[in-house]
Amino acid sequence: MERHRLVFSGSGGQGIITAAVILAEAAVLYENLIAVQTQSYGAEARGGATRSDVIISDSAIYFPKVNQPNVLICLSQEAYNKFSPIIRPGGLLITDTRYVKTHRKVDARQRELPMYQTVMEKIGKPIVFNICMLGALIGLTDFVKSGSVKKVLKTRIPSDFLEINEKALDLGMKLGNAYK
Amino acid sequence: MNENLKFIQGNEVCVEAALYTGLDFFAGYPITPSTEIMEHMAKRLPKIGGKFLQMEDEIASLCAIIGASLTGHKVMTATSGPGFSLMQEALGYAIVAEIPCVIVNVQRGGSSTGIPTHVGQGDVMQARWGTHGDHAIIVMTASNHQDVFAITVDAFNLAETYRTPVILLFDEVVGHMRERIFIPKKGEIPLVERLRASVKRGVDFHPYLPREDGRLPISDFGGVNRHNVTGLAHDMWGFPSDNPQVVHGLIRHLVDKIQNNTHKIAKYKEYYLQDARTILISYGSAARSALHVVENRRSRGEKLGLLELQTLWPFPYYLVQEKCADAKYVVVVEMNMGQILQAVKVSVDRPERVFLANRIDGVFITPTDIRNILRLIEGKGV
Repeated sequence: MERHRLVFSGSGGQGIITAAVILAEAAVLYENLIAVQTQSYGAEARGGATRSDVIISDSAIYFPKVNQPNVLICLSQEAYNKFSPIIRPGGLLITDTRYVKTHRKVDARQRELPMYQTVMEKIGKPIVFNICMLGALIGLTDFVKSGSVKKVLKTRIPSDFLEINEKALDLGMKLGNAYK
Repeated sequence: MNENLKFIQGNEVCVEAALYTGLDFFAGYPITPSTEIMEHMAKRLPKIGGKFLQMEDEIASLCAIIGASLTGHKVMTATSGPGFSLMQEALGYAIVAEIPCVIVNVQRGGSSTGIPTHVGQGDVMQARWGTHGDHAIIVMTASNHQDVFAITVDAFNLAETYRTPVILLFDEVVGHMRERIFIPKKGEIPLVERLRASVKRGVDFHPYLPREDGRLPISDFGGVNRHNVTGLAHDMWGFPSDNPQVVHGLIRHLVDKIQNNTHKIAKYKEYYLQDARTILISYGSAARSALHVVENRRSRGEKLGLLELQTLWPFPYYLVQEKCADAKYVVVVEMNMGQILQAVKVSVDRPERVFLANRIDGVFITPTDIRNILRLIEGKGV
């Protein structure tokens, strides 16, 4: 299989790292793939630029970071400004319409999705924004099956919040499919 | 789904491995990037009847585990550079009093308080010589989660075998990275249990008189045998002594018990060394980038190999000399100013052929960084 290199970026507290972990864990635990997830962040608990790299493959991964992502997700303007130049030519750039105003063309498929807006309209709780983003990613790419991600959600999310997370994932998938 | 298959951080792997060995006491003070070790210990230990203590600082943390070890527990603490600096005095005490314990240092970038959330490997020499006075120490590291597990178990085994503190020198990338690991089944990795003294109450007990095989049985403190424990130079009863012969014997014993067993303690992995013209030597997370370059160039037929060191101290000089005997170039890949480079230069026959590929800015060293140095050495320019 072709190696998938993803960079999730945004602002601290948006759940970027959690979303990256869930995706990679789904690939490893339920799809028998190899994945590595790393992160870089500042010392702050909230705010500051956050980035998480995920590589998914069927062969051993040594260097665990991503230099040129096939898929770049930017959930803040700062992250977009900083990382959009590193996208691999022909890759996929996903941004959120509420947080990012794109201002240049990259040599990649650009998808500007109203993920935050959809979450707020349909669920009303911003905490599942990251899971909606994950759904959109799966809708656009098929890297892992949604069933695998749902299995991970069941183990990681407290039961009171499971329903809205699953709903956010479905909303995101619909959004992703629509923009495919 | 295989229930032994996990997708977790290196720090959590270290916790799982420590519990696998039977660890039942942990004391620590949280510090990035080692905090997850403490968090997971806090969750796991009370459930299995162990004790978890959050101390007021790193000095107290190491002192607490030293005390617990003396009473018969398997113990560990975890920290990063700044905390490891505070631990140096107690580390020396544990070495001289010969108290088994494991100290994890998940290295961050920079010196002093540095760059807490970034990576570095600048504590290699501190781990060797951070505490004052002549001594030997065991320092181990690993580059992937399966190895982090095995090396952590090994650290506990070595601590018991040689009655010494063992330092696990991980780094931010290995500590925070998540990748898959198969947790070994019980019994899959052999464990070394504590050798306890069998001297009966009232019989003259020599707590610091090694057996013929060099091992030194321990009597649980507060148990059957009353004995003295001190950081002062001491005789075979554990009482302070300034007798030159006793002092000489003690220092020789502390150094020899480890240095003379380097070949047993030294763990390493090798990739394509058989016919390698250029050999990379690396350790910890940096070895991942080195292996990336080696696999890549091998697929193009270039004769590149990797020696991944898992035991940093006692440094396996003989091993490096032997493995690098036929290499044209040796390149040490590490994230510091050349701390293992010096040891490699001492090991090989032609030190002028040893080069350094490093990074000291808190950014994880990339395959490109290594390739640039290789191109320079090969006279191809960058």
